[in-house]
Amino acid sequence: MTNSSAEYEAVQQNSAPLTVSRVVLSAGDIERALTRIAYEILESNKGSANLLLLGIPRRGYPLAQRLAAKLAASDPGIDPAAIVGQLDVTMFRDDLAQHPTRAPQRTELPVSGIDGKTVVLVDDVLYSGRTIRAALDALVDLGRPRVVRLAVLVDRGHRELPIRADHVGKNLPTSSTEKVRVRLSEIDGGSAADDQVVIEAGA
Amino acid sequence: MRHLLSTEQLSLENAIQILDTAQEMSAVGEREIKKLPALRGRTVVNLFFEDSTRTRISFEAAAKRLSADVINFSAKGSSVSKGESLKDTAQTLEAMSADAVVIRHWASGAPAQLANSGWIDAAVINAGDGTHAHPTQALLDAFTMRAHWAKLAGTSSVGADLSGMRVIIVGDVLHSRVARSNVWLLRTLGAHVTLVAPPTLLPVGIEHWPCEVSYDLDAALEKGVDAVMMLRVQAERMNASFFPSTREYARRWGFDDSRLAKLDALNLKDTIIMHPGPMNRGLEISSAAADSPRSTVLAQVRNGVSVRMATLYLLLSGEMRQSHAPSPLPSVKDPS
Repeated sequence: MTNSSAEYEAVQQNSAPLTVSRVVLSAGDIERALTRIAYEILESNKGSANLLLLGIPRRGYPLAQRLAAKLAASDPGIDPAAIVGQLDVTMFRDDLAQHPTRAPQRTELPVSGIDGKTVVLVDDVLYSGRTIRAALDALVDLGRPRVVRLAVLVDRGHRELPIRADHVGKNLPTSSTEKVRVRLSEIDGGSAADDQVVIEAGA
Repeated sequence: MRHLLSTEQLSLENAIQILDTAQEMSAVGEREIKKLPALRGRTVVNLFFEDSTRTRISFEAAAKRLSADVINFSAKGSSVSKGESLKDTAQTLEAMSADAVVIRHWASGAPAQLANSGWIDAAVINAGDGTHAHPTQALLDAFTMRAHWAKLAGTSSVGADLSGMRVIIVGDVLHSRVARSNVWLLRTLGAHVTLVAPPTLLPVGIEHWPCEVSYDLDAALEKGVDAVMMLRVQAERMNASFFPSTREYARRWGFDDSRLAKLDALNLKDTIIMHPGPMNRGLEISSAAADSPRSTVLAQVRNGVSVRMATLYLLLSGEMRQSHAPSPLPSVKDPS
C-alpha cells in the first residue's frame, strides 16, 4: 500500500505543472518556523522537563524529529531520540467508511510512556481538525498525559471541530478547493534544500 | 477485493498488505487497552456449520478488538437442523444487516457460493470450507514464518516476503484445506514448498501444484528445512483406510522425538515446527516436539487474532484496491 500511495504521489507531482501552484514556504522558511516553534514549546513548558513530541504519520513524524533536534541544540540535557514518538491515528478516524482503505502505520511511544507527561502532537497541516480529534482519542487509549498541546507547520483554516493549535509555523488563508502540499526530504526523498510547502489551485 | 475466499487469487501486494496490517494490529494486543474503534457499529456474523475452537474464538476476538458487534451462529441448535438451506440462512442474516459473514462450512465452495450468488451484500470471509481452502490460517502461518524469517535475518518483517524459505508440509494433504491454502500463499510469497505424505493421502493432480512432493519425511528433513508444518490426521473425514495403522503412520510420517533430535543432529538449529491445531499428540506430532522451543503452535494462535483483525479491517473499512486500479486516493491533506 505504501507503494501505491507513493506511485499516486509521483503521478501527482508529475501532473503538478498542469495545475497552478505557488510556493508559500521554502526550506529556509520551514527551518525558521520550526526553530521558533521549538523555543515556544520550551517557553510554554517552562523548560524541557517531562516533554514528549509525538508526530502523526506520515509527515508529522519527521517534523517531530526535527523539532526534537532543535530542542536538544538549545538544551543539552535533552536526548532527542528519547522524547520523540510516532502516533498512528488511522484506526481512530471518523471517515474510515467513506475513503478507500488506509493502511495503519506504526505507533511508537518513547520508553518513558506518556502518563503524566506534556505531550506535544506534531502534524504538518491543520485543516478540518479531524485528524487531531482522532489523535486525542488514540492518546486516551495509550495513557493519561498531563497536558496535550498541538504544533503544526501550517494552519490552513476551515476547521470543522473546536480544535486550535498552540504552536503554528504559518497561518495560510486558503480556499477549500485548494490543496496544501508539504514536501519533506525524509518522506518524499530529495535533498533537504528542496523542502517546501505549496498551495495548488483545485481542479 | 471484496471477499477473502481463497489464497490462490490473492495477489502478492494484497498478501503483503494483510501481513503488514496484521503486524500493526499485533501491537494492539500488547497494550493495556486492547481495542480500536475502527469498526464501530459494524456487524460481523460468525456462521459456523462445522465445529471449531480456535478459528471461531479468534475471529470473535479480532472483531471485538476492532469494536465490531459479533453474532455467533452455529449450525447445531439452529434452524439448519430443521432443514433450512444456506440461502435462507444467509438471507436471514442479510435482513439483520450483517456487514461481514465469516463462514465455515463442511462443503467445499460454500463461501464462494455465498459471495457470488448475489444472495447477500456482505463481505464473505472463508474460515474453512470442506477440503478446499482456509485462507486466514495460511495467512497466519505465513505471518508466523515471516516473523521468524525476519528475526533470523535481523531485519524488519514489514514489507518482506518469504523468498528463499524452505517449508515442508507433512501429513494428511488429501483432506487438508490448510495445506492447499498454504501451498498457494507460500508460492505467492516466494517460499519453496515440499509436501510429504503417504501416497494414499495425496490428492489426484498434485503434480500440477507449485510444490515438490516426497514420500519420505527423513529424506526431506535431511535436505535442509526452515519450517516444518505438521498437518492433523483428519480422522473425521476418513471414510476409507488410508494407512495400515496409526502406529505405522506415526513411525513414518509423524514428527516424533527421534526426528526432533535429528533436527539438532542436522545442525538445523533455527528450524521451527508448526501445527495448525488441534493436535493429535502422539500421532502426527509428539508431545516433546509440540512443547519444544521450536514449536510455534501458540504463536500461531496469537498471530491468528492479528491476521483476522487485519482481514476484517481491510475488507470492512473501505475497499481493498488492486495495485493497478487508479482509484482516487484522498488528497494528501483532505481529511485532516
